[in-house]
Amino acid sequence: MAGKKKLTSTKRSKTYKEWKKSYDEGARERRERYESISFRPQVEALDKALCEQSGYDAELGYPGEYPFTRGIHPSMYRGRLWTMRQFAGFGTPEDTNKRFKYLLSHGQTGLSTAFDMPSLMGYDADHARSKGEVGREGVSISTIEDFEILFDDIDLSAVTVSMTINCTATVAMAMYFALAKRRGTSFEKLGGTIQNDMLKEYIAQKEWICPPEPAVKLNCDIIEYCASHAQRFNPVSISGYHIREAGATAVQELAFTIADGIAYVEHCLERGMEIDSFAPRLSFFFDVHNDFFEEVAKFRAARRIWAKLMRERFYAKSEKSMMLRTHAQTAGVSLTAQQPMNNVARVALQALAAVLGGVQSLHTNSMDETLALPTEEAVKVALRTQQIIAEETGVTNTVDPLGGSYYVEKLTSDIEEEAMKYIHKIDELGGMLRAVELGFPQKEIAEAAYQFQLRVDEGDYKIVGINAYSDDAEQEIPTLSIDHELEKRQRERVIAFKEQRNPAAWQAALETLKKACKEGKNVMPFLIDAVDKGVTLGEVSDIYREVFGVYQDPGLL
Amino acid sequence: MKESPEQPIRILIAKAGLDGHDRGARVIARALRDAGMEVIYTGLHQTPEMIVQSAIQEDVQCIGLSILSGAHMVLFPEVLELLKASKADDIVVFGGGIIPRDDVVALKDMGVKEIFLPGTSTKEVIAWVKENIVFPK
Repeated sequence: MAGKKKLTSTKRSKTYKEWKKSYDEGARERRERYESISFRPQVEALDKALCEQSGYDAELGYPGEYPFTRGIHPSMYRGRLWTMRQFAGFGTPEDTNKRFKYLLSHGQTGLSTAFDMPSLMGYDADHARSKGEVGREGVSISTIEDFEILFDDIDLSAVTVSMTINCTATVAMAMYFALAKRRGTSFEKLGGTIQNDMLKEYIAQKEWICPPEPAVKLNCDIIEYCASHAQRFNPVSISGYHIREAGATAVQELAFTIADGIAYVEHCLERGMEIDSFAPRLSFFFDVHNDFFEEVAKFRAARRIWAKLMRERFYAKSEKSMMLRTHAQTAGVSLTAQQPMNNVARVALQALAAVLGGVQSLHTNSMDETLALPTEEAVKVALRTQQIIAEETGVTNTVDPLGGSYYVEKLTSDIEEEAMKYIHKIDELGGMLRAVELGFPQKEIAEAAYQFQLRVDEGDYKIVGINAYSDDAEQEIPTLSIDHELEKRQRERVIAFKEQRNPAAWQAALETLKKACKEGKNVMPFLIDAVDKGVTLGEVSDIYREVFGVYQDPGLL
Repeated sequence: MKESPEQPIRILIAKAGLDGHDRGARVIARALRDAGMEVIYTGLHQTPEMIVQSAIQEDVQCIGLSILSGAHMVLFPEVLELLKASKADDIVVFGGGIIPRDDVVALKDMGVKEIFLPGTSTKEVIAWVKENIVFPK
């Protein structure tokens, strides 16, 4: 089969002159001139002498050209800054709606929704298992009414909305579409991203309802539905973040994430979808940890690996399918509860690494996140950190400034090679779905996490404020406390909602949805109708539990 | 109950509620095991009832409860009450996670013996368990 398919020839400039010509013809620029802070004239997007000196080769490629090592756009941040997207969500939909508006008013350019544990695990706010968890780690969502309040007074066609939700992603996506429908906003106008990546749940984040196979099927229902109905929406964010936070190394994070991506692509192809009909909308999400150059190299290696895989393994024709677009978040796990103000410095350095790695959007963590959900003030400092990098440091004046550095290029190639070894190993095991069932990535991560802890305990890796430069004087910073009463209010609201809906329409929609699940149909159109008729997140999840089964933690150590 | 000091400490490491953050719990479980204790790990998403039942069945001296979801003020008290109701409140309960300092004080008042916050080394936890688990003579 592979023999019959032809590799697409991609646009590749042979010389700097050739690249510059197409740059001058088409690349987007935000300004006419890019000067340094001390008035040194015009900084070039890419320097001719340096390109020629560094023995430019096809492995590296030019910015905006295959294999996209140096970035997916020729002008990168000269053309457009990354999207500053602070993840937010707590309490009731009203609380989060207020935080959203606060962030937008302070110059944030995209919204990002954090849901609470019951919403993420498929329980309504009035369920017994939701006790103590409502609104604590994110916003509580059970019904379409909650979604209406969450996005009250926010024009869905004017903002991009990211939703971090996985086993109940189909429900959140359906509620978002149903809300757009009620407001008369066309799905084609909706921009944003839904995380919708279950494989990394079994590997690292550990929020699930069903076993891996039906879970991946549901993920791909969203990919398929968006490919034909909401083409501006990224239907999946293939995530390494949680894998890294669970203890993986940079190479493991990269390898397991790409392997997850391969699994989704294969599943969609098996459904008969055309690669270029959905691959351009696959998006990624990586962590940015402390080791500065390793992180920069990781992003560069990620783009190169994905471009090659899409072209050489899946025979993508569109260059858009080959471009790895990614969101990044600074490493929560690197923050310390001791001397918490030091976290501002950590976050700034990690954010700079993400920018030098060429990410498309970025969340910077707040200094207080090892203590509680962040306060408004702490979030503002985190957002301002990105704005300082964007506006003051001058790093956005040029493209991939670390390209050609011996160290960074070597690291990029080494990380690519090491990650590919893991990817081959997972292929040998039968793909990521099978590898997850065998516990392979889980065990690798647990081992790395344990070894890292031993290094810290032995003092071989120094963490300021923990095993070096620790301080007896406690640094007190204010933390956000969540009102215990809100759980009661949310519970009562859900109960009232259930009493007020039309029972016949609700029952009919519920039955139709269950039937669609049993028949293996794409659930999305049925779900959009069901949530509009008042079916709740918990009720949909109960159908999933009944039809697809329930997954139990293997409890591996 | 056990009498010989040679007898290894039996300890249950538990994850309560819907929280999926298990990195800390698994690292601690492994460190305690490597320190010679018999460690039972419950796996994720346990209810307080399940945890107390496992603790009694497994005849442990100690429960280490990990919570990073903010539900600690509900889940810790439930575990303590269920232990009391089962007349198993000789089992020492300690915890770890993302827990604000004010809540640490409140939890200790309720009877949680210790709360370990982020940044604690495995050595500290091992030493604490060895010091605080006293076998009845």
